[in-house]
Amino acid sequence: MKKLINQAENVVREELEGIAIAHPDLVKIAYDPNFVYRADAPVKGKVAVISGGGSGHEPMHGGFVGFGMLDAACPGAVFTSPTPDQMLEATKKVDGGAGVLHIVKNYTGDIMNFEMAADLARGDGIEVEAVVIDDDVAVKDSLYTAGRRGVGTTVLAEKICGAGAEQRRSLKEVADLCRKVNGWGRSMGMALTSCTVPHVGKPTFDLPEDEMEIGIGIHGEPGRVRMKVKPADEIVEMLMEPIISDIPYKAGDEVLLFVNGMGGTPPIELYIVYRKAYEIATKKGLKVVRNLIGPYITSLEMAGTSITMLKMDEDLKKLWDAPVKTPGLRWGV
Amino acid sequence: MPIAREDALNWIKACVRVLAENRDYLTQLDAAIGDADHGANMDRGFKAVMNKMPEISDKDIGTIFKTVGMTLISTVGGAGGPLYGTFFLQAGMKTAGKMELNLNDWYTVLDAALSGVIMRGKAEIGDKTMVDALTPARDALKVALENHTTLADALDQSAEAARAGMEGTIPLVARKGRASYLGERSAGHQDPGATSSYLILKAAADTWSACT
Repeated sequence: MKKLINQAENVVREELEGIAIAHPDLVKIAYDPNFVYRADAPVKGKVAVISGGGSGHEPMHGGFVGFGMLDAACPGAVFTSPTPDQMLEATKKVDGGAGVLHIVKNYTGDIMNFEMAADLARGDGIEVEAVVIDDDVAVKDSLYTAGRRGVGTTVLAEKICGAGAEQRRSLKEVADLCRKVNGWGRSMGMALTSCTVPHVGKPTFDLPEDEMEIGIGIHGEPGRVRMKVKPADEIVEMLMEPIISDIPYKAGDEVLLFVNGMGGTPPIELYIVYRKAYEIATKKGLKVVRNLIGPYITSLEMAGTSITMLKMDEDLKKLWDAPVKTPGLRWGV
Repeated sequence: MPIAREDALNWIKACVRVLAENRDYLTQLDAAIGDADHGANMDRGFKAVMNKMPEISDKDIGTIFKTVGMTLISTVGGAGGPLYGTFFLQAGMKTAGKMELNLNDWYTVLDAALSGVIMRGKAEIGDKTMVDALTPARDALKVALENHTTLADALDQSAEAARAGMEGTIPLVARKGRASYLGERSAGHQDPGATSSYLILKAAADTWSACT
């Protein structure tokens, strides 16, 4: 294992220390239990939006704390959901009296830990709503699985709900907004290489030099199918087809097209992916009215990409364009 | 003699040791069908439990189990944290104020702990989870109770049933947790959660082999 780390067990702590020094104007860090929170928290009368999850997906979630997006983020160990005490303390810290929204990605551990935290927070008299993001079309949803995983749409939901909260929408309105984004967003990813969890020390899965995994999860969970590597355009077709046909998106729909880097894929390749994804969307009659391209929900150093599409309406466009000022996403300010 | 307070503490210490020894093994099992963190998570949680030992060494069994549960909830993360945390919290509720446990008490503890795990994780038998090891272990205790088996033998039979249940997860297709995303590809692998459950119950049988 070759990594720019000191000791594997200190990776999350030292990252947080770096964030604290780099962005004191935007965020503060609490340790034991660990969470990142807005420097000006709590914002009185504003719904607070919190997310959390395993580390290793940076900038999500800690990099999205700040004006117009998250009020707090709880980082777990690498690829491990955070614990209820983190979410509880973060919830108490940022509650401005208007209630707190928990945005939870659909993983068994995340769901259980966030449920316990929400129970405890309600016990302390804080109004909490939780919305689960499950947008990964690579997973066939059924009664016999844990359901679809939460991936790229999470980033879009955090931005849009954060903007809704800044407009002083109520907890129910912001939660409804989150459910709407989850209902209108679909994603699928692929990997060219595996990734290595620092405290494990060897790659999470074996992927031969000439093969790729289509439908990969953000923790290196195997996807739908493994096959020989193909040209980018063919890969993008394999990702876009299940996305477009799932809701399905129909001709005339306005969409946001988000091409995400998994951590090890350079921007030059992401733009090649975007070019083809845009072409496919346009051919289907979809109007790409907004986009996001870059590594925003990563899987450590995994090479690969995920594509997310979100149906947009006037409200979502306005909320997407609203000012945001976080370490990982910043415009309009 | 029944399971005394000191025995309960020794069991927890044995869990700390066994989970440290099996850290890489559990992680390996998890890498095959999950996300390669179960061994590290359990080891981190039980190491934190070890740090709590000084403050619980003179407490009743209920307080010991409850403290273990709270510590696991705040240190393990993943699905294991809430599940094993709930396991020990429920065990603690059944043993509040108790200084010793007989076979019937231990059956009640395991039954409540298993019910807690099922309530939290909503898994059923055959879903390829901890429940597949814990359920036969609980059932074996019930049979042992009916047959008036000695405590030590009952614990051995319970651990043996957990082992069989754990191995029985190998051909199963996962229906809960991250492994369920694999569908048919999860078959052929032993469930890491069922494995840690077996290790914990085996540690109890080994630690309490002189109890009657």
